[in-house]
Amino acid sequence: MGRETPKEQQQQVSFTVEELVAVNPYNPDILPDLENYVNEQVSSQTYSLDANLCLLRHYQFEPERMSIQIVVRILVKALMALPAPDFNLCLFLIPERVQMEEQIKMLIVLSHYLETARFHQFWDEAAKNRSILEVVPGFEQAIQAYAIHVLSLTYQKVPRPVLAEAINVEGLVLDKFLEFHVANSGWALEAAGPGRGHLVVLPTTEFNHPELKKNVSESVPLEHVARLFPILG
Amino acid sequence: MEGGASYGYDDPPYDSRQQAPSQSSDVGYDPNFVPDSVKTFVVHLYRHIRERNVYEIHQMYEGSFQRLSERMFRESPWPSVEAVAPYVDNDHVFCLLYREMWFRHLYARLAPTGRQRVESWDNYCSLFSVVLHGVVNMQLPNQWLWDMVDEFVYQFQSYCQYRAKLKSKTDEELQLLRQYDQAWSVYGVLNYLQALVEKSLITQILEREKEGLEQFTATDGYDYEGGSNVLKVLGYYSMVGLLRVHCLLGDYQTGLKCLAPIDINQQGVYTIVIGSHITTIYHYGFASLMLRRYGDAIKEFNKVLLYILKTKQYHQKSPQYDQILKKNEQMYALQAICLSLCPQTKLVDENVITQLKEKYNDKMLRMQRFDDEAYGLYDELFSYACPKFITPSAPIFDEPLANYNQDAYRLQLKLFLYEVKQQQLLASIRTFLKLYSTISVGKLATYMEVDEATLRTILMTYKHKTHVVDNEGKIVSNADIDFCINEDIIHVVDQKSTKNYGDYFLRQTLKFEEIISELERVKMD
Repeated sequence: MGRETPKEQQQQVSFTVEELVAVNPYNPDILPDLENYVNEQVSSQTYSLDANLCLLRHYQFEPERMSIQIVVRILVKALMALPAPDFNLCLFLIPERVQMEEQIKMLIVLSHYLETARFHQFWDEAAKNRSILEVVPGFEQAIQAYAIHVLSLTYQKVPRPVLAEAINVEGLVLDKFLEFHVANSGWALEAAGPGRGHLVVLPTTEFNHPELKKNVSESVPLEHVARLFPILG
Repeated sequence: MEGGASYGYDDPPYDSRQQAPSQSSDVGYDPNFVPDSVKTFVVHLYRHIRERNVYEIHQMYEGSFQRLSERMFRESPWPSVEAVAPYVDNDHVFCLLYREMWFRHLYARLAPTGRQRVESWDNYCSLFSVVLHGVVNMQLPNQWLWDMVDEFVYQFQSYCQYRAKLKSKTDEELQLLRQYDQAWSVYGVLNYLQALVEKSLITQILEREKEGLEQFTATDGYDYEGGSNVLKVLGYYSMVGLLRVHCLLGDYQTGLKCLAPIDINQQGVYTIVIGSHITTIYHYGFASLMLRRYGDAIKEFNKVLLYILKTKQYHQKSPQYDQILKKNEQMYALQAICLSLCPQTKLVDENVITQLKEKYNDKMLRMQRFDDEAYGLYDELFSYACPKFITPSAPIFDEPLANYNQDAYRLQLKLFLYEVKQQQLLASIRTFLKLYSTISVGKLATYMEVDEATLRTILMTYKHKTHVVDNEGKIVSNADIDFCINEDIIHVVDQKSTKNYGDYFLRQTLKFEEIISELERVKMD
C-alpha cells in the first residue's frame, strides 16, 4: 500500500467524524474530533451542519469545555450557508452569556443585516471586521451567492447598481463578474433606456415568475381522479 | 373564553397534575402493608404477563391500576416492591415493571424527594438494561410501552428543573446532588434512548416494511411468532423520545432527524396510542415553527387538531384526558402563531378554523399588526405553548446559589421574538400588495413612507422570509401573496386560488355513490 496523500488522509478523517456523529453522537469523548473537524471545514471549504450542531450540544452539556474561537468559526460557516437558517439553529444552542461576547455579538449583527437584505450595511460592517472573517476562506463568495439568490427570487430584471450594492462589487471587477455569469449562468444584459444604466436579466424560475406556479395548484392529482374509476367502470 | 389559562412557566411539573400533598409520614403510610386488593392485582398481572394475555394486561394496567390508585392511594404511594415481591415469585423483571409504575404514580400524585428521583433513575437503568440485553420475552400493551418512554423523558425534564433551583435547597439535598451526579445525566438519557433505537433495529425494520419484507405496523408492533414486542416498540417510541429531548435542548434540526424514519403522512404505530400521536405532532410542529417551516407546521397541527376534535369524546374517562386537552390548547396557540406569521387560506380545515377563531381571533388580528402589543401577544402565546426547555449541564455549587431553571426558556423566547421582529414590516407589504396588480417601486415607497432603497430591502426580506429551505435543501414558497420586480415595476400575483372545483366534484361523486350503495342494500333486505 503506497503512502496516502494528505488529501486522502483528510478524506479519511472526515469520513470518520461523520460516522461518529451518525452512530455515536452522545459520547463526550468525541469532542476533540468535532473541534478538529470544524477547523478542517474552514480550511478545506467544506461544511457539515450536523457535526457542528453535535459539537454545540456537547458544549451545552459541558460548558467548561467550550472554545469561543471554535464557536465563532461555526457561526461564520453557518452564515455562509444562507438562505438556510443554520445561523439561528446554532444560536438556539449557545447560552446567552456567550452570545454577549464581542465577536459573537458582531456576527449576530451581520446575520441580522443579511436576514433583512440590508446588504449595504452588511458589507460596511464586514469591512470593519475583516480580521475575523478573512480567516474563513470562501466567506465573501458565499455571501455573494446568497445575495444573488435573494435577488433572483425578487427580480426578473434588476438594475445594475442594485446588484452592485448587494454583492459589493463595482467597476471593472463587476464587468468581469457579469461577463462570467452571462456566459455560465444564463444571465443577460439589457439597456434600460436613456440615462438609466443597465439591467441585469436573471434566469426565469417559478420564484421570480410566480404566475408559473399558479397553474400547478389548480390541477387535480391523478390518484384522486383514480378513485372515480371503479364508479365509472 | 379568549386565549386560555395563564402561561405560568414556573408551575410545578405538568400543570394538570394535582398539587402535591406531603408524603408518607403524615398519612401513616406503611410501605410494607399490602392490602388484599393489591395482592390480587399483582398476582393476576404477573400471571397475565407470563401468559402473554396482552388484552388482560391492558385492562389491568389502564383500568384496575387507576381504580386502585383512586380508591386507596390518592395521597400515598403504593406498597413497596419489597413487600409485593413474595407474591410474584420475586420475579426480577416484574419487580422492575412494578417499580416503574410505583414511581410514575408517585410523580403524578405526590412530590418526589431528591432521593426518590435518583432511585427512579436507577430503576430505569436496570429496566432498560434488561430489555437491551434481549432477554425479555413478554408482550406488553403499546400504551404501557409508550408511557415508559414518555415518563422517562418527563422525569428527566423534571429533574433538570429540580436541579437548577438551588436557592432553597437544604444542605442534605445539595449533598445528594453532588453525590449522585450521574443520575439523570443528559448523556445517560440520550444514550439509553439511542441504544433502544439501535438495538431494536427499528429503522431497518421500517425500511424493510416499506419494501414488503417485514410486518410491523400491520401487527400494531405486536409479535405473533412467539417473540417479544418490547424492545422493538420501545425502540420505535424512543425515536419520539429523542425528538422530544432535542426540542427541550433547543436542537430542532437534530430532533426532526431523529423522527425521520417515521412517516407522519401516514397512520403508523405512533398513531395507535393517542398520547404518542399528540406528542409526536406537537414536537414536530414546534420544531418546524422554530425552523421557519411554517407551512409544514400548519399542515400537521391542522391534521391532529381535527383528529382531536372528532375523537376526544371517546377519551373522557381515560387517565390521559387532561393531558390531551392541555396539548390541544397549546397547539391551537401554536397554530395561531404560525398563521399570524404566515397567513394561509388553503391549509386549515374549516372546523379547526372555527375553533381557532373562537379562542384567538382577536389576538391573531392584533398579532398581525406587529406593534408593541403584538410582541406581547407573541410572547404570551409562545410562553404558554412551548416545551419546558432545560439546562442540561451539571449544577454549579458556588456561592451564591442561584435558580437558573428559566434560562433555557428565556433564550428560546428571546430568539423567537427576534425572528418575529425581523418580519415586522412584512405585514404592511402584504396589505399593500393585495391592493395592486402592478405598482412602481417609487409609488409604493411613498405610500409606505420609506425611501426606495429601504423599500427594496423590505421587498427582498419578504421574499427571503417566505421562501424557506425544506428538509431536502430545496426552496419552498410559503407566500400567499407573491410578486416579482421588473426593473422598478412590481407585478403582484395573488396565490389565493379559485375554489378547487375538481376536488369538490370528486368528493361529492364518491359520497353520492356511497349513499346509493347503502340504499340498494336496504332494498335487498
